[in-house]
Parts: sequence; C-alpha cells; structure tokens
Amino acid sequence: MSHLLDRLNFLKPKELEQYSDGWGQVTKEDRGWEDTYRNRWRHDKVVRSTHGVNCTGSCSWKIYVKSGIVTWETQQTDYPRTRPGLPNHEPRGCARGASYSWYLYSANRVKHPLVRGRLLKMWREMRKAKSPIEAWTAIQSDPILRAEYTKIRGKGGFVRASWDEATEITAAANAYTARRYGPDRVFGFSPIPAMSMVSYAAGARYLSLLGGTVMSFYDWYCDLPPASPQTWGEQTDVPESADWYNAGFLLIWGSNVPQTRTPDAHFYTEARYRGTKSAVICPDYSEASKFGDIWLNPKQGTDSALAMAMGHVILREFHLDRQAEYFEDYARKYSDMPMLVRLDEKGGRLVPGRMLRADDFSDKLGESNNPEWKTVAYDETTGKPVVPNGSIGFRWGEEGKWNLEERAGKTEVKLRLSQIMEEHHDEVVGVDFPYFGGAATANFVKCEHPEVLTRNIPARKLTLADGEEVYVATVFDLFCANYGLDRGVGGDWVTRSYDDDMPYTPKWAEKITGVSADKIITVAREFALNAEKTHGKSMVILGAGLNHWYHMDMNYRGIINMLVMCGCVGQSGGGWSHYVGQEKLRPQTGWTPLAFALDWGRPPRHMNSTSAWYAHTDQWRYETLSAQEILSPTAPEGDWDVSLIDYNIRAERMGWLPSAPQLKTNPLEVAKAAKAEGKDIPVYVAEKLKSGELQMSCEDPDAPENWPRNLFVWRSNLLGSSGKGHEYFLKHLLGTDHGILGKDLGEEGRAKPKEAVWHDQAPQGKLDLLVCIDFRMSTTAVYADVVLPTASWYEKNDLNTSDMHPFIHPLQAAVDPAYESKSDWEIFKAIAKKFQEVAPEILGKETDIVQAPILHDTAGELAQPEVKDWKKGECDLIPGKTAPNYIAVERDYPALYDRFVAVGPLMDKLGNGGKGIGWDTKHEIEELRQLNGTWADGPAKGCPKIVTDIDATEVIMMLAPETNGQVAVKAWHALEKPTGRQHAHLAEGQEHTKIRFHDIAAQPRKIISSPTWSGIESEEVCYNAGYTNVHELIPWRTVTGRQQLYQDHLWMRAFGEALCQYRPPVDLKTVTAAVNTDADSKHVVLNFITPHQKWGIHSTYSDNLHMLTLNRGGPVVWLSEADARKAGIEDNDWVEAYNVNGALTARAVVSQRMKEGTIFMYHAQEKIVNTPGSEKTGLRGGIHNSVTRATLKPTHMIGGYAQLAYGFNYYGTVGSNRDEFVIVRRMQKIDWLDQPATQEAAE
Amino acid sequence: MHNFLFGIYPYIALSVAILGSIARYERDPFTWKTSSSQLLRRKQLILGSVLFHVGVLVIFFGHLIGLLTPIQVFDALGISHGAKQLLAVIAGGIAGVMALVGGGILFHRRWTDPRIRQTSSFADIAILAMLLAQLVLGVGTIFVSLQHLDGYEMTKFMAWAQGIWTFDGQAASYIADVHWLFKMHLFLGLTIFLVFPFTRLVHMLSVPLRYFTRPGYQIVRSRRQEPLPERDATRVKPAE
Repeated sequence: MSHLLDRLNFLKPKELEQYSDGWGQVTKEDRGWEDTYRNRWRHDKVVRSTHGVNCTGSCSWKIYVKSGIVTWETQQTDYPRTRPGLPNHEPRGCARGASYSWYLYSANRVKHPLVRGRLLKMWREMRKAKSPIEAWTAIQSDPILRAEYTKIRGKGGFVRASWDEATEITAAANAYTARRYGPDRVFGFSPIPAMSMVSYAAGARYLSLLGGTVMSFYDWYCDLPPASPQTWGEQTDVPESADWYNAGFLLIWGSNVPQTRTPDAHFYTEARYRGTKSAVICPDYSEASKFGDIWLNPKQGTDSALAMAMGHVILREFHLDRQAEYFEDYARKYSDMPMLVRLDEKGGRLVPGRMLRADDFSDKLGESNNPEWKTVAYDETTGKPVVPNGSIGFRWGEEGKWNLEERAGKTEVKLRLSQIMEEHHDEVVGVDFPYFGGAATANFVKCEHPEVLTRNIPARKLTLADGEEVYVATVFDLFCANYGLDRGVGGDWVTRSYDDDMPYTPKWAEKITGVSADKIITVAREFALNAEKTHGKSMVILGAGLNHWYHMDMNYRGIINMLVMCGCVGQSGGGWSHYVGQEKLRPQTGWTPLAFALDWGRPPRHMNSTSAWYAHTDQWRYETLSAQEILSPTAPEGDWDVSLIDYNIRAERMGWLPSAPQLKTNPLEVAKAAKAEGKDIPVYVAEKLKSGELQMSCEDPDAPENWPRNLFVWRSNLLGSSGKGHEYFLKHLLGTDHGILGKDLGEEGRAKPKEAVWHDQAPQGKLDLLVCIDFRMSTTAVYADVVLPTASWYEKNDLNTSDMHPFIHPLQAAVDPAYESKSDWEIFKAIAKKFQEVAPEILGKETDIVQAPILHDTAGELAQPEVKDWKKGECDLIPGKTAPNYIAVERDYPALYDRFVAVGPLMDKLGNGGKGIGWDTKHEIEELRQLNGTWADGPAKGCPKIVTDIDATEVIMMLAPETNGQVAVKAWHALEKPTGRQHAHLAEGQEHTKIRFHDIAAQPRKIISSPTWSGIESEEVCYNAGYTNVHELIPWRTVTGRQQLYQDHLWMRAFGEALCQYRPPVDLKTVTAAVNTDADSKHVVLNFITPHQKWGIHSTYSDNLHMLTLNRGGPVVWLSEADARKAGIEDNDWVEAYNVNGALTARAVVSQRMKEGTIFMYHAQEKIVNTPGSEKTGLRGGIHNSVTRATLKPTHMIGGYAQLAYGFNYYGTVGSNRDEFVIVRRMQKIDWLDQPATQEAAE
Repeated sequence: MHNFLFGIYPYIALSVAILGSIARYERDPFTWKTSSSQLLRRKQLILGSVLFHVGVLVIFFGHLIGLLTPIQVFDALGISHGAKQLLAVIAGGIAGVMALVGGGILFHRRWTDPRIRQTSSFADIAILAMLLAQLVLGVGTIFVSLQHLDGYEMTKFMAWAQGIWTFDGQAASYIADVHWLFKMHLFLGLTIFLVFPFTRLVHMLSVPLRYFTRPGYQIVRSRRQEPLPERDATRVKPAE
C-alpha cells in the first residue's frame, strides 16, 4: 500500500528459519518490489516479424507490444527442426536486430512527408493558378527557379507537407518527365527484394506500369561475383549455413563469419566440435581467425596468387603425379576440362582461342540445330571427336539432349581429359599465356617475369570445314600449363618443384602474398585430401573481402578452380559459399510478375546500376584507368584502345548491356512516328538508328535529353551507403556542394573517350526530383527533395527469405505505422492514384518502345557467337541479334492505379516462368480470384485484386513453385522437356503443400524444391548449390553446359582472362602529387578497405543510439600500430583520409589486428552522426565512398553469349572499390560546422 | 528577518525534509539511491569517499548529540561547558578537515572527469558544493570559538536547537547576538535539510544496517508467513 509504511517493520522478526547450518536464511520480507520487474517485462502481445535490412541473416523475431507501443524484440526459437544429426537453426539474431525497436520512436524517425522548403514554396505559389502538370512544367522551364532548390540539396530546409501535396508533386513530375523526355527518365533504385519482397514490388510495379527504369543493385553493390555467372551461368547459388556442419574441411577466405554472419556462426562452431578442420585466410586478425586450425594472412588483394599456388599443388599431387579417381571422374563429367580449344595463330605464335564447335567440322558432326553452340571433345573409346550432350546448343531448339549424361546424343561416350599420351597428340606446340604479376604499383610486390610465357601443350591437328588446319588442345592441358606444371613435354615456364620462383608455384606466391610456401602447400594438400576422402566435402566460405577488388573474378575463379579440381561443387558439405548480400529471393518466379508488372506488359525496363551511375554521375569524366593497362599482351588484333565508357557504349549498342535512358528521343514520340510511317517498330528503330536520325542515349550521357530526371530511392540509402563516388553523385547528379579534389580529363588534358560525346562544361544537377522513402532520416533523405515516411519493419506485412536458411517467413505489422507513415505498398498506391488523377492532362493510352538487351536464359543468348559491331559496319543492325530488341509496350496512363491493384490478363495469356523454363499458370490466377477477390468493373474487370500488402504476398506465394507444390511439379515437368530426364519426383511429395501468409505468420516454413534453383529441399541433404547439376544431371547454363573454367569469348581472351590469372590490384592514380598537401608533414598512404561492420548492417543501425554506444559513437577507421606511428596518430585521434575523389573524417582505432599498409573504414557509417568538417573540403566529413570512384571492367559487359549474357542483377559491370588508396593524417582542427546558418541558407 | 531565518525557516526546512523524503520514497522509490559513479572511475573515489564519509558522520552525530542532548545531562555527568566545547572543537576539527579533504577530492573528481561530469545532475554537483561550503563555514567557526573557550556561546546553540524541537517561540532570540559566521553556518545547514529530499543525500536514510546482523550468507525470501514444521528429529542428515 505504502512503500514507507511497509518498510516500517523493524520490530517484526523477518526470519522464518535457517538452513545449511546458518549459512542460509529464509525470510518473510515483503516481495512487492518484484512486481515492478514483472511489469517491466509484461506485454500485451507478441507478433512475428523480422528486419528487412540486407544482412542475409533473415532471422525471425518476436516483437513485443505494450499499450500500443513496440517495446522490445527477442529472437524466435520455433524454426522447424532439422533432421536428426544436424544442429538446429535457432537461435538466430544479433545485437543489431535487437536494437531495432529504438528506431520506431526515435528522433531520427521520419514522421511526416517532408518537402524541400523552397520547392514547396514555389509549388504552392504556382498551384494557385495552375494545374499540377502546368506547375511542374513552369518550375522546370525556369532554370533559375530550378536551381534555387537543386543547389541547396543536403543543406536542410525541409518543411512538412501533406500526403496529398507530396504525392501530387511526385506524380506531376513523373507525368511531365514521361511526356517531355520519356518514361525511361524516371529511375527507381531499391535493393534486395528478398528482405521485403512486397515493399520492393510496390515501387518496381509502379515504375514498370509507368515505363520507368528499375535499377539493379547486386552488381552495383559489388555483391555479385561475376565469376559465378561466368562459371555456372548462375547469378549466385550457395549452400545454406547448416551445410557447413557437413563439411570435412572449411576454408574461410576473406569472410568474417562471426561478425558478418552472426546468426549462422554457430554452425561453424558446431562443425568444429564435430571435428571439421578449418583454415582461415584473412589479411587482418579478424574475429573468424580464431576459429581456424591455421591462419594465413596474405597481403590484401593478392588472393588469386594464393589460390593459384594452391591449385598448383592440388593439380600436381592429385591430378598429375597421382590421379585421384573421384577427381578425374568429376572433372570429366562436370567441368569443361575435356572440351577442345582451338589454338589461334597470332604473329607466328599460338594463343588459346575459341572452343571448338560442331560447326567447325565439315559434317558439323551430325548436328543441325545450333551447331555453332555445341562444343566438342574426344571420346576415349572411339578416339573420335564427339559432341557431348549438355552444351548450350542443345538447350534451345531441340529436346531431350540438354543433360549431363555421358552421352553424345544416344551414344555412350567417355570424354578424354588430356592429350598428354603420345598416341593422343600429333605435336607438342608452344602456346602463349599472359602473365600480369610482373607489374604492380609500388604498394604490391612484383614478381618479374616476361609478360608472355610460352608453354608446351600436347595438341591435335585438325582440318576444319573451311579447309583451315588448326591445332586443338583440351582445356585440361591448357589449364595445367597455365598453372606452370611440368608434364614431361618440356618447354619453359613449367616446373616440378614447389621451390622454383616461377608463376603459380608456392614459392612464387610466397613472394607476392607474404604467406610462406609450406603453409600454402599444407592447406592445399589437406583441402584436397579431405575432398578426395569425403567425395567433395571441402567448402570455401568467401565474401566481400575478395569480391570487392577490381579483379574480383580472378580471386574467385582461382578458388572455384580449386573446388572443381576437387569435385566439391554440388556435393553437400562442399562447394562455393559466397555470402555477400541477401540475394536469395526464394519465391522469385512468383514475385517477378508482381514486381515488374509482367501481368500488364512485357518486358520491363531494367538497368544495370554500375554503368548507369558511372555515366550519369559523370565518374567516366575522371577515368584514369585505361583499357591498355588491363589488356592482355596476347590479345587478338582489335580496336582495344578506347576508354572504359566506350566499351560500355559498344556493349549497349550490341545489345549486351541495357541502357537507361534508351533513346535520345522520347520513345512515346518514336512510337508515334513509326505508326505515322506505318512501320513495324523494330524495323523503324533499326532504320533510324542506322541513318543516325535516332541515337542511343549512352553515346552522350551529358546531353540534357539523356539525363535521369526523377529518381525514387526506397529501402535504400544510395547516397549514404552504396554510392561509390559519393562526391560525384553530389556534384553531377544532385548539383550541390561536393568535395571532389581532382580534375576531370578535360581539365587535366588527358585522352578523352572516343565514342562518348565530351562536353567541356560538365552538367551539374541532372535530377529534377529526388524522392526518398525511408523510416529514418538517412543521408539520402537529407539530400532528397521529397522525403516520404514509410512504415518500419514492425509496421507492415511482407515476406523475407535468405540464402543462409531454407525458410520463408514474414514481416508483420505489430502496430500500425507510427505518426503519418504508411507502408511502401500504400505509398506507391497513393502515388499511382495521384498519377492517374493528374496525368491524363498530357498522357493517354500510349505506345512505348522498350529497348531490351539480349537476355541470359532465353533463346536469344545464342545471338552472337562472334563479336560484331553494326555501327562499324561489321554486320547489319538486327534487333535482338546484333543489337538490342525494340519492343512495343502499351501503356494505359489514365488507368495506372487500376492496373496497379489488379493481376493483369497476361498471366492467363502468356503463363509464368523463369530461368528459361515456362509454365501455364491459369489455375493459380483462378485461385487468386477466389482468394483475393475479383474486380467487378473498371479497366481491371475480372482480374484478381491486390489491394493490401497481404494480398500481394498471396500473389507471390500462389505463383511461386517454392511456395506452391502444384506449381513446383509443373515447373519440374517443364524442365524435363529439354533435359529428357525425370525431375518431378523432387517435388511430387509436396504437390499439395501450399504456403500462405498465415502459415508463415504461425511459423517459418521450409520452401519446396524448385527447378529455378540448383539445390533441393530434402530430409537427406542440406540445400547446396549445384546439387541438381551433379545429381540430376541438369546442365549448368553455360556454353559447355559444364562448369566453365575456360572463358572463350573474344573479350575474355583479349583481357587475358580466358583462364584464371593472378592480377595485381589496378592503379587508380588517385593519390597524386597535386592532391597531397601533406607531402612535407607526417602522413601515410594506405590501401582503403571497406569491410562489413559489427555495429550496423550497411548504414542501418549506424545511427542507432544502442549501437553507437557499443562502438565509439561516430565514424571510425582502423589502422595498424606501425602506420599510426608513421603518421603520428594515436588511438582515438581524429584523422582525415583523402585522395582526388574527396575526403573523409573519422576517429582512428589503432589496433594490432590490422595489417600494415591498410586502413579499414567499416562500410557505411552515416555522416549524419558525429562527423566533423573536413579540413580539405571545408564540408562535413564525407563518408567511406567520398574517397572512392567506380571503375568498369570490359569483361563484365559481355553479352549475347550463353552464360555471358545480361540478366538483371545477374551479369554486368560491378562497382568495385578495394583498389583505392588514401592519404591519412592527423587532423589539426576539429570543426563541427555548428555555426549559425548563413543568411542564404536560412531563407 | 532574524526571527524568520532561525525561528520559522527551521520548521519549513525540516518539514520539507521529512515530507519530501516520504513523498519521494512513495512516488519514486527507484530514485532512492546513492547514484554511485564508481563504475565510471574508481580513481580518487576510495580515498575521497572514505575520508568524506567518516568525517561527515562524526560531525553529523557530533552535532546531533552536542546540540540536542539537554544541557542538564552534561551537567549531571560533570562535563563542563568548556570541556565539552574543547571536545567539540578538537573532534569536530579533525573530522571537519577529513571531510573537507575528502569532499575536495570528490568534488575535483566530479568536476574534472568528463564522464562523471556528463552523468552528474545539477543537484549532484550542487549538493556537494553546499556540503563543502558548510564544512568550510563549520571549520571557520572554530576560530571564532577559540576566542571564547568558556562554552557559553555553545550553550546558546543548544538552547536554540532544543527550542526548535520543543516549539519554543523564543528560540531564535537565543542566538541573536552570535557571530555572523555561525548564523551563515546555521542557515546553510537548514538549507541542506530543505534540499535533502531532492538530492542523493536521501541514501543516508537507507543504511543497510541489517547486513551487519543477518546470519545467512544466502537469503531466500519466502512467501510463507509461518516457519516450516519441525523436521523429524530422528531423520538422519544426509551428510552423516
């Protein structure tokens, strides 16, 4: 009753009795205080949700609600149990997720729609007399008015607006842009659908109905490992983390499992208890290092040298000196090693050329369908060249032979791996291989040998159809020679000794990497020995540490080679475990139609972001890396000496890469003109492109017609996190203050691009409108013109999957969206509705022309066996063959909203599918009609409704094989046609399983095996990539249908990457004498590395008070004690890091853990938190990307060539950033820039 | 004015101290604590805290006994006023210096350590400053006291203090002519009573004295109100 009165009991005895000889006492004191603690943890309800944050963890959480407020969250522990003998998944979670509820009611929450003050003021003024469209037109046509708000982006000045006003501005801007420039000038950037599928789909659906450009992310983030599509024709497919437990040897390579895969790390611990051996390769003493039996710390960026040396050892000991039977068998069946390669003559010398094709033989070896896409090998039994099943030519245009059975057609064959035996070769010839390790910047060790190494190869001589005599060799023989292995056929640059300093021996690698040869040999030997004994249960876990280098594909292919040599890919407990980004959108084929509005019009406009941002933020104007620097000395003759943007332009022109915008002329106008002339659209566009009346936008990115005009950023912090070349974004895209310290090519007087049009005055402020949709005031929101408050992850309904576990589980609204926020689904519905209201003034039913690149997993992927540029007159312009496709798509702008909320008729008409498989889906659409309801009238009459976010989840789960057993069975049957084998048994057991939203609300559900993935869900094995390729004999989607270790495309050969090579980091030339103002004072130049952090997931949580408290409360960089001493830096000092790209400020963490010569800045620490001004730029700090700039690699642009063909987030240029160097010094003056605003800014 | 400060103000101060403390204990029991900053910095705390607390406790109880024990008790015990004063001056002086030094260390620590400074409330710093000022004044009065060692001056304060507790309307007049230093000391002392409930000083009301007397090393708080029935004496203890 009263605390005080209750305590006034001094005279009352409290003791009841004593026990344990008086050591213990039982009392009857008041226990009322306990209720306080009991009430503290008492709650009204618990709701299942998760964190949609691209952390790949995908952990299910319990969200606790008390008095209508989310109070805290704890980890769910109800994942379905694993099979006997395998540890459980739970508990999954980490400190970051546990701190999320802080955001909901924090000061950093976006609470209302916000609009840049000056813009809103002029908008309201205009709107007094004008319609929304007229108002926006008036603002955009007045350059002074426009500059008034674009020039002050990022400088505060937001005012509160109503939803009505904010959506009206946005819709009017979109409509104006579509009419004036073309709908493809409306861009949208949102990443990682797997983390919240409906939220992604909301924006992408709106953009796709509009004809806007949906931008990729996986490649831009550099999470996409190009080596994966190159080798397997697959974006990324990896084992779930539970499969680590099945491994016998775990090689952790550049991945910090406990820090960045926190919820999965327990499987690593459990695997160690089981007895799994583990080696950790990491330059710094990372948290993962302590798990290893052995820790190797190579010089950063030299991983491919290490991998090549390990491959050298494995080949020597397991393939040459002794042939491990399992390895040989695997290499023959599942790799391209037996395939034949032509040796081309170049200046009297031989270089490896294209793979031999059936088409090269006069009789085409009996193949009439796609003979130019069927590779050839020798049959061991008959000694004759055969066309083994499974190559890409069998995939399209015929049925039943696209499989990995050891057959050619119906005949059984045994492919010959090597021609080393006397009777199997005609001659031993010298073949040239490029060597890149002899040249490197001063920061890396050079190992000087000639840049061309000639090695002896056993070759067969063949007379081809055109009468030409050529030498052919097997991939295996070339492969072994490339590793510098002496096979008894003499010649230079091969050895039997590990101690020779010759490329790819352990001794050579020791020089480059700093890891001693004996350690390299030990790890390689144990890795292979385990794989031999366990049939492939050696696994490599790898990540961003390797993949963010410019030559990431070399790092990766070096490792993939090891895995293929040892038969690990496709075996449970083995293989390639690349964990970077939550890329696994398990119900992908159910989601795609919803997200890209394929139910109303096809194809959508997709763009690869790296190329787009490179062009539109004008980073190409500063490009100092020339193609010559990375070209192979063995490159075939060709016009290689052009700049990187020129390569990209060629790639777009030949239909390899997508474009955005696409044509310089508004596609709506082009369609009208074509109609007026009565011509078919592709014919018309081809004609006009050839005549020059139409131009592709990529050729002149700085022309005002080709600027991106509107940009939506949602579920993303483009400017504060992934925006490589941050300062270039600020200058050219946004047109505001920026910290670029260097000059462009024009000002520097360097060679300019040949094909891209150069404007002496670079444009600044290309965007008319930047709309940011977020729940927190991120860096991107700070720079936006319109900020819309979205529901947090505990306030909306959505779906979440990951590659780390096989479950699908939901995000759910534990409470209603706080303040004025709405879910992304509702926001885009609101914009769509507004658009439908305002657009009819200028837009009606229109024909749009969508330019689509030649896509992987379509018959089109066989388009270009040769590289031919129509613009140079090397071939005719044939849309879809030698150039992009031009496809007419009908847009009904006055019915955009009505279409948004209905499943359109094309699903019934065209069916559904993915990855080259198609199936009928009428049955599922009918079920959706009954489940979600049907529109009774209007433009979507008779269509299923998608009104709420839960309706949208039902669409996804109904259409996807992974969540609908009937669809899974249909899909497997569809795959049976090309392969001619039985697969449906993999899903038949679950034909009647249908996972709906309320099922996963109750418990996470394991998905159903689907042919769009290469692993299966079963009670016998864990999910493992490549499993169905190896065990179901479904070919990989590559040229040979096998794991492609030899890349025979012309550009691959030109850039020296036909086979894997060690390539030192490139010279980005960003630390120049001109920029280094500290040359005479204490400073140090360090390699700038941006790993994933412990205190945040990308930029999320980096502004969260809980996580800030656990770290140092603001931006930090890590450096070694030695480097700190050199620069006179002590722990916790403020330091500045800069180069020509810009500058950043942070506190120094001086640690023994760091390797000398590197500086870590954990990726994406928000500059809105505790960041002082830079002394170099005079502007606030800068973020990690202030000192980086994206650089393209031509080999990533290749298209129209089987696995090297474009797919959204699948193949294309990637935004690498590890090769960067910065000048680091102690800051003299810490200026928080907290003076009162100037008069100008105050207005 | 004098009557207000020393005749009425004491009642205000003591009322606020008592009622305020009760209110705080009832309303905000979780704020009833020492707010120790030992977690943030151990340095200086042990020395400063021990000196300060020992000194202050001696002074506090010295004042309590010295002022509130009826003068007749001392007379009956045969302790002369002069001897009592001398005792007060010597014991109080030593304790006062200890408290002053300890308090000084604590104040320095609180003021200069950025982490403690940041986590200190205004009241935390103010109360320490007030106590220090009070100690300075108190020690200062020793020099005045040394002017007249007969103890007469001291009896005035005893009369006043006891007058306050016995609701003697004339209480203030007993100290009308004492040195201004004493008056300031008294005024500040009363003010400390006034602010007492709003500071961390309340922790002195919750000295865990039972810790010294409770027998068990492990305490089990039971909901039972009655002791367990006696166990069968014949049952053999497992250990034996």
